[in-house]
Amino acid sequence: MLKLPIYLDNNATTPMDPRVLEAMTPYFLEHFGNAASRNHPFGWEAEEAVDYAREQVAKLIGADPKEIIFTSGATEGDNLAIKGVYEMYASKGNHVITATTEHKAVLDTCKHLEKIGGEVTYLQVNAEGLIDLKELEAAIKPTTILISIMYANNEIGVVMPIKEISAIARKHGVLLFTDATQAVGKIPVDVQKDGIDLMAFSAHKMYGPKGVGALYVRRKNPRVKVTAQMDGGGHERGMRSGTLNVPGIVGFGKACEIAMLDMEEDTKRISKMRDHLETELLKLEEAYVNGSREHRLPHVANISFKHVEGEGLLMGFNKNIALSSGSACTSASLEPSYVLKALGLGDDLAHSSLRFGLGRFTTDEQIEYTIKAISETVLKLREMSPLWEMYKEGIDLSTIEWAAH
Amino acid sequence: MAYSEKVIDHYQNPKNVGTLDKAAKNVGTGLVGAPECGDVMRLQIEVDDAGLITDAKFKTFGCGSAIASSSLATEWLKGKTVDQALKVDNMDFVEELNLPPVKIHCSVLAEDAIKAAINDYRAKNGLETIKFEESVVH
Repeated sequence: MLKLPIYLDNNATTPMDPRVLEAMTPYFLEHFGNAASRNHPFGWEAEEAVDYAREQVAKLIGADPKEIIFTSGATEGDNLAIKGVYEMYASKGNHVITATTEHKAVLDTCKHLEKIGGEVTYLQVNAEGLIDLKELEAAIKPTTILISIMYANNEIGVVMPIKEISAIARKHGVLLFTDATQAVGKIPVDVQKDGIDLMAFSAHKMYGPKGVGALYVRRKNPRVKVTAQMDGGGHERGMRSGTLNVPGIVGFGKACEIAMLDMEEDTKRISKMRDHLETELLKLEEAYVNGSREHRLPHVANISFKHVEGEGLLMGFNKNIALSSGSACTSASLEPSYVLKALGLGDDLAHSSLRFGLGRFTTDEQIEYTIKAISETVLKLREMSPLWEMYKEGIDLSTIEWAAH
Repeated sequence: MAYSEKVIDHYQNPKNVGTLDKAAKNVGTGLVGAPECGDVMRLQIEVDDAGLITDAKFKTFGCGSAIASSSLATEWLKGKTVDQALKVDNMDFVEELNLPPVKIHCSVLAEDAIKAAINDYRAKNGLETIKFEESVVH
């Protein structure tokens, strides 16, 4: 029996893997110690557990355990990396390069830098959602200290050419930070092979608990340091004060270990379901995939159904299927997704988009149900859509002067 | 965001979806909103010689609240005279459908659609169009 509702919003967060929860529970009750308590067994146990998790996390990304700074999540990691580098390398320059499709945690942090005297270049992306490497290189100046480009996009799943980007950063002696929240645990990410200097990621996007993440900070070639953004006990090599979230970190470690073991198998199964979902939905007229299909995470699909509004579409099945829309009709701004707009999509197509995020626990049966429910709702709403009627009559919608704008 | 029962009901069972002959002299058509804003409403009324609205149809591109507002508008319009229809206010939709503040623009759009349809009908029948205060949508 198919159990409803179906969860297809795994880019927002993932359910915890039961194996992760199992690993965590002893650290709430029996082994509740503070990892910084050096003089009794409770502290020793906690420290040992954190050390082990640090190894599990480091292993997944090809890092040394000493290069892992535990944080509260990727937003903190983004802030710590960008602001921390900006402060630490102030004598070298004040220029940061990023892209318009970054997560708000990066964009707003960059805006903050601009307010305090920093200079930021926001690179445009092409219709596929990818930056132009020549533009990136041309944007580098003597004052550039950091390039901040995400590994994979949260809305469209597009994977950036990180290796090529890091080669450019290296060539010019600029540090590379990447927000890899959507990528780590889903596709192979290796800080050595990829040439990454700093990288933020989060446990709850990879079947771990919420409220814990990590910032990778390179220790060799080059040795990178960030200025702490919180004052306190000097935890995490002085870069991130605050009592460690031991159960969360243990869960994060376990989630990384499982991701490493299951990645190949998961990817095969999930991408097959994603491709099937996409193929079937694209059989509807005027349905388009947003962003590159070639350079993309295996579990993500972002599709626009022309002449149907995304939120109205969601309402047709959101009791039974959990999805996101690029339509921001619910937000006060009424602005559709800035990521989709950056791809050059018109507001109409951006308003008409759905984001599918499949995951480890998605089943074929759920996908069949979703295909049917969405196809039916799209057809029903198109019958109700004046734009669809005009389109069918051969009217060019761009020639109409819309009132009440 | 949770929708009110009435919005859900109109969304699931919309009343009077369809198209009237926009070339007919006794049909007034109002097309308001814009695709870029995520809302387009088309409201049509059919008026008899006595000035009574005998039929109303809509098609809407938009969220559930926009669909519900236009569906409700067609229900309200049928059986009203054109003059009575002019008195329908956007707040009537807000109250009837329990629209939250973020969805008030849907009700404004519905009011605008009614006025636009009436003006189209008036223009076709040699009557002067009514100048409305510019409503602030979006």
